[in-house]
Amino acid sequence: MDAFEAIKVTFFQECDELLADLEAKLMLLEQGQTDLETINAVFRAVHSVKGGAGAFGLEALVRFAHVFETLMDELRAGRKPCDTVTIKTLLRASDVLADHIQAAQGLIPQVDEGRSAALVVELEMLTHGGEAPPVVEDEDDDFGFMPMAFDMPLDEPAATTPETPAVGWRVVFKPLGRMYANANETGLLLRELGRLGPITVALDDGEVDPLDALSVEDGCLTWTIDLDAAVDEAAVREVFDFVESDCELTITPLGANMGGASDMSTTFEDEPAAILPASDDLDIAALLAKAGGAVVETPSEAIPFAVFEPEPAPVVAPPPVAAAAPTPAPAAAAPASAPVAPAPVTIRVDLDRVDRLINVVGELVIQQAMLSQRVLESGLARSSGIALGLEDLELLTREIQDSVMAIRAQPVKSVFQRMPRLVREVADMVSKQVRLVTVGEDTEVDKTVVERLAEPITHMLRNAIDHGLEKPDERIAAGKSAEGTVRLAALHRSGRIVIEISDDGRGINRERVKKIAIDKGLIAADAPLTDEQIDNLIFAPGFSTAAVVSDISGRGVGMDVVKRSIQALGGRISISSVPGKGSTFTLSLPLTLAVLDGMVVAAAEQTLIAPLPAIVESLTPQAADLHFVGGVDPVIRFRERFLPLIDVALIMGFRERPMNPTDGVAVVVETESGQQAALLFDAIQGQRQVVIKSLETNYQQVEGVAAATILGDGRVALILDVDVIVTDMRRKSIRPDFKLAS
Amino acid sequence: MTEAKDLQSELIAFRIGSQEFCVDIMSVREIRGWTPATPLPRSPGYMKGVINLRGTVLPIIDLGARFGLTTSEPTARHVIMVAHVGGRMVGLLVDAVSDILQMSEASVQPTPDVASDQVKTFVKGIFSIDGRMISLIELDYILPQVEAEAA
Repeated sequence: MDAFEAIKVTFFQECDELLADLEAKLMLLEQGQTDLETINAVFRAVHSVKGGAGAFGLEALVRFAHVFETLMDELRAGRKPCDTVTIKTLLRASDVLADHIQAAQGLIPQVDEGRSAALVVELEMLTHGGEAPPVVEDEDDDFGFMPMAFDMPLDEPAATTPETPAVGWRVVFKPLGRMYANANETGLLLRELGRLGPITVALDDGEVDPLDALSVEDGCLTWTIDLDAAVDEAAVREVFDFVESDCELTITPLGANMGGASDMSTTFEDEPAAILPASDDLDIAALLAKAGGAVVETPSEAIPFAVFEPEPAPVVAPPPVAAAAPTPAPAAAAPASAPVAPAPVTIRVDLDRVDRLINVVGELVIQQAMLSQRVLESGLARSSGIALGLEDLELLTREIQDSVMAIRAQPVKSVFQRMPRLVREVADMVSKQVRLVTVGEDTEVDKTVVERLAEPITHMLRNAIDHGLEKPDERIAAGKSAEGTVRLAALHRSGRIVIEISDDGRGINRERVKKIAIDKGLIAADAPLTDEQIDNLIFAPGFSTAAVVSDISGRGVGMDVVKRSIQALGGRISISSVPGKGSTFTLSLPLTLAVLDGMVVAAAEQTLIAPLPAIVESLTPQAADLHFVGGVDPVIRFRERFLPLIDVALIMGFRERPMNPTDGVAVVVETESGQQAALLFDAIQGQRQVVIKSLETNYQQVEGVAAATILGDGRVALILDVDVIVTDMRRKSIRPDFKLAS
Repeated sequence: MTEAKDLQSELIAFRIGSQEFCVDIMSVREIRGWTPATPLPRSPGYMKGVINLRGTVLPIIDLGARFGLTTSEPTARHVIMVAHVGGRMVGLLVDAVSDILQMSEASVQPTPDVASDQVKTFVKGIFSIDGRMISLIELDYILPQVEAEAA
């Protein structure tokens, strides 16, 4: 990846953050918090996207962002009301903006052009409000008129400018302090302007305070640039595109109210201090030199195009002074300027690096445990210096491990933030009014889990809106408010993360569920089922309750898919429902996929790990419960059912002939598809959390083995893939000789 | 030892039974003593299992068995050479590491036709040093799935 691509990647990462921020702020607006700060935040987010997109030449994105930004600008100037209709449009615009960004990233093939164009029209309608295009109201209004002609025609901006370009432009440009803080340089802007045509630049330093009162972080210089070229105003404005919000900028046509470019110099002399007089008190550079500071290179040197009027005083850009000339005077004046609000400092780190760190720390923990064990075995007294030192080391190691795991922990916010859009779209599609309430967005969970939460949550939210909530009229008839509420909550509970999705809809129609299950042959017609059991039927494979298979949730796949994907993460899902009041789906997941709760078992001198989520129960086989189907295949009676009894050590090839089941322990497991079987081991050694290590990194997938882990004694133990063992492996006979695979 | 020249490479020589082999020293990460491995179910006989190498699950290949030579049960005297093979790390179980050699490309002779097919798969060439015959090993086909791809 070359440097440009790398920057682009960073830009898209920033876009994700900006979009998240945008969404959050729009939600605030929707909740009625329409203060200037929030509107400004929305403007800034859109503006930043536009700015970055411009740098990468992402035309479509820039065009859309620009229209969006223009409306936001109207709103923040208070010229247009921030009402419900506007906010709804803004929300949809943010969705389309996200699409544009994804399209630019190549994540989606293309943006829905019709939708995008329709929103552009909508945004512009709001911007102009059906009135005449806004006029410049006063000189303070640096956003008085946006060059609408620039962005309306989607292909050739310059050609369609309605008015005849003026013969020249007068640009009065006053950078604010923050423009410098953003590392923009006036000189470069002037040079850019110079490319449009011959320019005459004059500097007004009349606002520069005496040195002892000078606040170096403020902008106090004003440039007046006369551009003697018949170019579009848009072209002039484009030069200032990235600093627009950080400066005061007025652009007026020359010749309209002035004599034209020719008598410009005389015009200047009418303006006080437009041309620098060589007065002593304004000669900042000289003063700085006297104060012992370095004179900073003047930006004027970087503007070969500029026709400078006699200008004895070198121009000093304030920020470089702060950096290069730490003279006592500016330092004393510094507190006068408002300090920038402290923001949490973050860095971006490649996930691979964090993973490597986690691996190494995991190993450190094991090594440390092994070392302690060795020291203990060596017979050293517990009070000896080495033993005490090791105890400290252990504490430190634990702390490092916790800290490192915390690095990868992420709030579920990143997933939750995607949901409002989904809810809007689904609600629109099924014409229901839905309010989404999210709780516990800051709940942290390992990044590997966060990434895999989105799909099940999406599915369940769709389900809640499509099936759970009633239509507005039904709701009113039932004495509820027309707007349904869906609540999405995350919380930590006993070392797991719990996600709850509840709606205040109609609840599960148990009669109907039962009828469907009987019709589809999922249960027997006379099966005695508890309410809970009926509710859980919706997780049965092939069950779909929607009378009409809608676009939203009834695609033949249903809650059974959700259940399986949750189980694949070592999680569980359950439902509780009150008729007429609503339903709550609860899913619980491990906090990380890097560790697993396992049962440590012994099979023919080998130590194996059985994943705890798959285990139903363990029991000691009694001779009376054992039977042999066809006299060969053993089954065990478990709660009046016969389950196949699988001798794990035998099918794994760890022993030659089957063990006597009554000498071992049977562990009843359930596969993801709900199939049950009993696994026969020699003994159960205990339960523990194990760190998951892939076998595929250095070798390959091994049948019946999900992964490996390292035990406290430093040896590798295999983690069983229960599904494969139950469904596949027991059917196949062991290949007699594997010795010479080649 | 001769001085390194452009075409010379350093090799690490090891013994399996009475035979000597060598591999490019650059592919060998470290050499360590034998530790009992955790056997993998349903694997080829030359797969001795996996061991823990500072947190990495390292598959161990009995190189003698892989070459179709007879092999004995590993003891503490056996040696594991940890090698890089095609982006992966594997442990190669051998009897002993015997030498570090410098050799020029030119001194390698093609494998004589007398060798069995299985040996020829892994032996790139042979050369002699002080009257000993040493076989140069190509590690790329050591892991089973790489072999499957090549077939």
